[in-house]
Amino acid sequence: MTTLKVNGHDHEIDADPDTPLLYVLRDELKLNAAKFGCGLGQCGACTVIVDGKAVLSCVTPLLLLKGKAVTTLEGLGTIEKPAPIQRAFTEEQAAQCGYCIAGMMMRAQALLQRNPKPTDDQIRGELQINLCRCGTHMRILRAVHRAAHLMDTAELTTNNQGGAQ
Amino acid sequence: MAQSHKSFLGRMTRSRIFAGAAIAALVGGAVAAFAVTWRPAIEFVEPPAPQSFDPALVKRGRDLAAMGNCSDCHTVKGGKDFAGGLPVPTPFGAVYSSNITPDPETGIGRWSEAAFRRAMRAGVDRAGHHLYPTFPYDHFTNVTDEDDRALYAFLMTRRAVRAPAHANDLAFPFNQRFVVAGWKLLFLKGGTYKADGAQSAEWNRGAYLVEGLAHCGACHTPRNALGAEKPSASFSGADVDNWHAYAINAQSPSPLPWTTEALFHYLRYGWDSDHGVARGPMAEVAANLSSVPESDVRAIAVYMTSVFGPPPQATRADLKSPSARSTPADDPGALIYQAACATCHEAGSPLPYSGINLRLSTALSAPEPRNAANVILGGIRPVGGERSPIMPGFANSMTDEQIAALLNYLRGRFSTKAAWSGIEQIVRDARRTDTVSLQSAPGSSTTSGVSTQREKP
Repeated sequence: MTTLKVNGHDHEIDADPDTPLLYVLRDELKLNAAKFGCGLGQCGACTVIVDGKAVLSCVTPLLLLKGKAVTTLEGLGTIEKPAPIQRAFTEEQAAQCGYCIAGMMMRAQALLQRNPKPTDDQIRGELQINLCRCGTHMRILRAVHRAAHLMDTAELTTNNQGGAQ
Repeated sequence: MAQSHKSFLGRMTRSRIFAGAAIAALVGGAVAAFAVTWRPAIEFVEPPAPQSFDPALVKRGRDLAAMGNCSDCHTVKGGKDFAGGLPVPTPFGAVYSSNITPDPETGIGRWSEAAFRRAMRAGVDRAGHHLYPTFPYDHFTNVTDEDDRALYAFLMTRRAVRAPAHANDLAFPFNQRFVVAGWKLLFLKGGTYKADGAQSAEWNRGAYLVEGLAHCGACHTPRNALGAEKPSASFSGADVDNWHAYAINAQSPSPLPWTTEALFHYLRYGWDSDHGVARGPMAEVAANLSSVPESDVRAIAVYMTSVFGPPPQATRADLKSPSARSTPADDPGALIYQAACATCHEAGSPLPYSGINLRLSTALSAPEPRNAANVILGGIRPVGGERSPIMPGFANSMTDEQIAALLNYLRGRFSTKAAWSGIEQIVRDARRTDTVSLQSAPGSSTTSGVSTQREKP
């Protein structure tokens, strides 16, 4: 048994230590936001946040996660109470098929947590390894800017930010 | 070239000098040298019209500029081509590359061809100032007048960019340009490349390019206390830009010997099935060589094969046996390897899109784990708009201790060389310098300039 902290809660996981985090999230914890894309760390669909940093969960085995805190898209907000990054992606209609979007949002969230006002170039550079085959890149770019703005103004009113657990 | 290097040797054997004494000697010598090496300004010319250059000459200059890797230093990532401004770190401080676009005010737009040739040949700018040898004129002195003419035609037909020179960040006395005059007296050997009649035309072509414009030794040859290449250690490997440029002579750490065919493939396509993928600064070199005449890349491979020396006896049979395990199966590094690395590196699929069998990895047989640490941390980033090898970085998911344990295991498992020492410190350094940044800095998204360079006619 391994203890894994996900979205603020400790879970006892009965899986081999070499099991990829993605499998644990989807199969054991039924958290299906992170997607299986390539299984080789090459597409970004499986991106989650570990200790504040974007990580490819399909190439991150359980044994690397001792004492670390995992955040998935489910941990950021809910349908009733979406996080700024989720609101922004909805408002910009940044998803077409949507398969890559959870990974895009998680990497963007990690970027915004350490750089609240990224430039276009910084967003492009950061999201470069996340692939989108529908081609909604321009909307994704706008959504990240919108999320930055929402987070900026949200801080004055509510404090329902996810990501920091 | 080996001959000309030997002629340096007498002056060079006093290799390790204490820096203080060196500075004193250098300043004194430089003052005297100034008189000998003073150069006058060359008159401004009216900027030549781009259409005054023969297109065929411009095209040849374009290929030569790619082989000379000019854009890597003279273009800032994400910046305008050839506009300069890249800080080149040296033990003496940072030297900023200059604007070599034809802008009349801030570039070389009013330089005559003679002024350009003098810069290449003698490291003196149009106004008569000595240029710092970060501009590798110790190699470019070998370039023929004809090739300088083509390079000049290529650069003078680029888009002019207004970009004033960035002041260098050098401490006294290195911020005094006359010091460079002394350096030149000691280390700059003039004269263009002299063909070796005993060798083939192809070998000579390769030698001309390698020792001249391609300036391979600038990275792969270690430097002395005054920043000059050590002729006695030609091509024996050096540390550059937080990477180790491997020895590319008989001391090469490559598990399998480099053949002409392997070298050609690696330089031309950026990978070879027996040696893996070019990364770090070498990835940009290979990208540039992908678009130049194939015969020139082959000539470089032919010459470099002779630099590597007669093929050593190493064959596949001498590679680390796959069954040999010097560590227990529950070693933390072994567990990480099995869980995070083996999926790709033991897939047995062909390069370059699959991971190399690590028994063939030069990085794991190298004297230090720096390159391996860089790649584990940063991965191999895809090149925008091209099919290219790719490996995810593990900087965000592995701690320094985990990477150190992994490296220690990989060395024992896949290399026949002795265990590395000081791995953790090297991993910490590698993380700090963030060589292949996943935490993107502005404009760090691609190896910019490379793909655009490839698209040029």
